[in-house]
Amino acid sequence: MTLKELLPQGKGFRYNFAFIDEGVKKEVRRALLKAVALPGHQVPFASPELPIARGWGTGGLQVTMSLIGPKDVLKIIDQGCDGSVNAVNLRKLLVATTGVRTTFDSREATLLQSRHRLPEVPLRSDQIAVLQVPLPEPLRLVEPSEVETRRMHSEGDYARMWVSLYEDVVQNGSISLTSGYPCRVHDSYIMSPSPLPRWDLPLLHDAEHLTLLGAGREKRVYAVPPHTSVQPLEFDDMPFTVENFFGMCCARCGSSGTFLDEIYDETTGQASRVCSDSGFCDLVREGAIPRRGRLAHG
Amino acid sequence: MGYVAVQGGITAIENSQKLNRYRRLQGQSAPLSVNQIMEQMGPLVDRVMSEGGLYSPFHAALAIKQASGDPIEASFLLRAYRSTLRRLVDSLPVRNGEMRILRRISSAFKTIPGGQVLGSTSDYEQRILDFSLAEETAEVQQEAVREFEAGLDNAADPLKPAHFRKVVDMLRDQKLVPPVPPASSAEPTDITQESATFPLDRSGRLQMLARAETGGVLALAYSSMRGYGSIHPTVGELRVGRVSVQIPHPWRKGAAVTLGSVSLTEVEIVASFQRAEGEEKPTFTLGYGSCFGHNEVKAISLGVLDRTMRSPTPHAPAEDQEFVLLHTDGVEASGFCSHFKLPHYVTFQADLDRLRAQRGAEE
Repeated sequence: MTLKELLPQGKGFRYNFAFIDEGVKKEVRRALLKAVALPGHQVPFASPELPIARGWGTGGLQVTMSLIGPKDVLKIIDQGCDGSVNAVNLRKLLVATTGVRTTFDSREATLLQSRHRLPEVPLRSDQIAVLQVPLPEPLRLVEPSEVETRRMHSEGDYARMWVSLYEDVVQNGSISLTSGYPCRVHDSYIMSPSPLPRWDLPLLHDAEHLTLLGAGREKRVYAVPPHTSVQPLEFDDMPFTVENFFGMCCARCGSSGTFLDEIYDETTGQASRVCSDSGFCDLVREGAIPRRGRLAHG
Repeated sequence: MGYVAVQGGITAIENSQKLNRYRRLQGQSAPLSVNQIMEQMGPLVDRVMSEGGLYSPFHAALAIKQASGDPIEASFLLRAYRSTLRRLVDSLPVRNGEMRILRRISSAFKTIPGGQVLGSTSDYEQRILDFSLAEETAEVQQEAVREFEAGLDNAADPLKPAHFRKVVDMLRDQKLVPPVPPASSAEPTDITQESATFPLDRSGRLQMLARAETGGVLALAYSSMRGYGSIHPTVGELRVGRVSVQIPHPWRKGAAVTLGSVSLTEVEIVASFQRAEGEEKPTFTLGYGSCFGHNEVKAISLGVLDRTMRSPTPHAPAEDQEFVLLHTDGVEASGFCSHFKLPHYVTFQADLDRLRAQRGAEE
């Protein structure tokens, strides 16, 4: 090894393909392989700092950067939307460092990075979903210590989680947990599903596609491989339900049976609903896919 | 096109960046040079190097300029830059007993071997706002420098290694502090190469503390000082100075090559005595803090926290490793804090759904 090889190459020095160096990519991919082998288990990884702030998708970004190749077609969404400021920012970084093609049509994407939503159209086996995760530990709800939650996972000691759900029902009449609803994966580990809304959990269960979850600040990755069971925690007499959009439809595309965001008119203050999945909504408006007429699930 | 208009999003981001730059420059005063920041804002540069985890006054000063003086933002820029740099080699442990001393005090003894050296500090100044600084000119500056240098004793070489005896070593000779534990042959933890798992060994703990945010470690150390897990600290010794950084010689076995030096602040905290397990007699307990540059508040806080995290019966926040180490990283904490400004339309919609359902059930 010569000194010249070790030093950045003066004027012509450029960042590596997909920004992070190959050593870091290898480490992330090794952690991901372990995560796929142990569905729902949180695998630590080094998670060096990126030029994006901690908490702004650095976990998902490192997973994407470790997997992306020149031929990938990338879709990046934030809370369902391609145009959200942070999605724009992350897309800009990835395009600048890889030159890959991007799309808003989830059906065209080979790699999809998302913050807190899955597309309404279920993904296929040749697609990978990468989810950004702020707080990967579902048991944090009942236990603040990392040492203790790791012990609880390793021993399958989920009693306190169940008791907290029971107490919730007793005090509030139903389970108050909203997005990031805890799920049992492959009948084993309890996992925090990004914070996807409850609406998206059926899309994770027995899915065709691989889902990889990255928490950069907390330095953990985990995975839901294809055809893996993802069961939201529920009681026999208190079944899990998704968000209720009964009787509502999207003001833009007319679909019902999609996850709807509530918006307020800037002048009249009138409430209306639009699809959270902007890519889906646009395709319906263009006539590329049929309007959804009824609840897809739930 | 997406209806939270993508084009609009891109333009809005770009305009926001332009506005940010404009805000820094609009006053039309002469642009701050990186040199000025390096020379006249030493404590800030030191703090950013320490929290950024990269010893480079130039890059730290550049980051400070780019961040308009925000220390956390500057530390973040420095860390993001650092993670693109290749790690060439691990240095040898620095020999802090040969530190070229700029300041060295002990609050345990009035006089110490090697002497107390007050050096440069604002500790003994009256904090009266100095209005003459508002009119400071280059002539005033040159005159002050000339006058000071004329008064120097040229025979003394402040940069000569001191070879002093540390206060804790004196106490150790008298068996008043625990003996140095045998050197471990295990590779030290590297918090930049693997994620911290708890309980974290001491090398990992000291590394995390060294990069921690000054205000964060101060708050937690202060909580101990006020009584949440008090350890009754005394500053056994506080040193500020430069230490040589050496690496193993590439081919001459056992030899070392000196690369240069870094400035450090180091503190040994002598704290409440204990009878260690299996020992007949009690000894003082020790805490050690060390960070890049000149930052005494941080180093003392680190020394206190190093000690509190080793309490045999932890109960206070400052005694809990996870609590201290996971919540004092300024780059991580500020990133997560500001992420709450991102859209939460979907997750908030999920919250609304549950709240309305539960209110509906009540009404």
